[in-house]
Amino acid sequence: MFTVTMVFFYAPLVVLIVFSFNNSKTMHWEGLSLRWYHELFFNSRDLWNAFGNSVLIALTSASLSTVLGTLGAIGIYWYNFRFKKYVQIASFLPLILPEIIIGVSLLILFAAIGLKLGLLTIFIAHVTFNLPYVLLIVSSRLDEFDHSIIEAAYDLGAREIDALLRVIVPVSMPGIIAGFLVSITLSLEDFVITFFVAGPGASTLPLHIYSMIRFGVSPVINALSVVLIAGSIILAFSTQGIYKYIFQK
Amino acid sequence: MRKNYGPVYALPSALWISAFFVVPISIIFMYSFLEKGLYGGVVWKFSLEAYRALSNCAFLKVSLMTVVLSVLATLITLALALPAAYFIARSRYKNTLLFLVIIPFWTNFLIRIYAWIAILGNSGFLNNFLLRLGITHGYTQFLYNPFAVIIVLVYTYLPFALLPLYSTIEKFDFSLLEAARDLGATNSQAIFRVLLPNIKTGIFTAVLFTFIPAFGQYAVPQLVGGRNSFMLGTIIARELTVTRNWPLSSSISVALTVLTTAGVLVFLRINNNLGGKTKAEHAASTRLHLQIKQHDA
Repeated sequence: MFTVTMVFFYAPLVVLIVFSFNNSKTMHWEGLSLRWYHELFFNSRDLWNAFGNSVLIALTSASLSTVLGTLGAIGIYWYNFRFKKYVQIASFLPLILPEIIIGVSLLILFAAIGLKLGLLTIFIAHVTFNLPYVLLIVSSRLDEFDHSIIEAAYDLGAREIDALLRVIVPVSMPGIIAGFLVSITLSLEDFVITFFVAGPGASTLPLHIYSMIRFGVSPVINALSVVLIAGSIILAFSTQGIYKYIFQK
Repeated sequence: MRKNYGPVYALPSALWISAFFVVPISIIFMYSFLEKGLYGGVVWKFSLEAYRALSNCAFLKVSLMTVVLSVLATLITLALALPAAYFIARSRYKNTLLFLVIIPFWTNFLIRIYAWIAILGNSGFLNNFLLRLGITHGYTQFLYNPFAVIIVLVYTYLPFALLPLYSTIEKFDFSLLEAARDLGATNSQAIFRVLLPNIKTGIFTAVLFTFIPAFGQYAVPQLVGGRNSFMLGTIIARELTVTRNWPLSSSISVALTVLTTAGVLVFLRINNNLGGKTKAEHAASTRLHLQIKQHDA
């Protein structure tokens, strides 16, 4: 049974990898060739533009949502105030609602206030769906450690800003890093929400892949998949150090 | 008494979530009670038309299709994930196997859908393969039907079901199964009356992680589904961007939001109750287990 599941997992990827070296435009095997890799690297400017946009949006939106989410988590975790329950519920809902609801509602908002669709609207949307994840991850980190350290800092006369930057942020660093990495991944991966809030000329990699898929089988996507799989494996191994750091603490 | 800095910390994220989540959802809610504009947008006149349209036959058909597709996808996902998770939890190479399960899901979601289009498509791998073997003559249409949607949904959500199942099965005390068999239970009795009740929480989490996103799916039915496998997500997008009936798109969104939220709440409720029961059951079975051991001694 396990073998069946594994075959189900890997068969599609193996087919993609094998056919990325195929010398034909179809899924009909016609001999070994690297032409699709050549096409991908030297003749796909739009694709690389979209890739650049994806990286830009991922880094900026992950940074802002990490800052906002971390501060929010600290406020919610340490204090009681009037709109606390509201923040908790309002930031939990996006985690369970279907993505399309967030995409559609943001599109309607942008249309209502007359904001032109483009990279800015994509950025806003990505911060919005990343923020709840950062909040959740940082809160669960705050849950874990010894609170008396912070009480001690206050008792010893630390000002709020000192307590924040020299005690609270350093101890919750593993959670903050995890939140940032999860945000980057979600942002790079997102298709549905971006689909609704992207304007003409502002494409991300998933949107570009979508438009290529709609025109049918394209061997360039096969080559791209292989590059992406290899890229994510390398990235995963290089960030493993960071993850280890997170889990050991 | 220290100054309350809570609001200061929470204000930026509260404002962001309000502006870009709460306000947009409220706008959708409001639009769903308005009349549709001639070229998209809305006319500021109260109307229940958008909700009346929800009771029309075509829409109910799509809702039913959405429920059927997501329920089937969830059941098949569970049927595949449970044995696989059990196998991994019992294996000596747990970490390696888990790693192997996760790797395919580092590729982009759209590329995983594309892989299935490349296999099942008219000029795809499977058609070429069958033609070459002489099993079929001419192309068979594997894509653009409910089955293709189910296959791709299962492929997409399998790891999300597998991981929570694995983490509960891993904590399960396997000697309980031996105890059950020693006491004369058959294999299936041991599985259904000892193993499954003890990993209920994992099963519930797996269902939650599979069913909810499948229910609101847009990309999968759009890319591999046909006219007979529209889901609610497809209709919301169509009414918004093609037909340009914003009130209708809004009312379907509201319905989907309410259904999903209600579903999750009921689910959390049941899960909490079960959680209590599972703990009690677990305690009972552990006690039974200890008694057996004492008896043996």
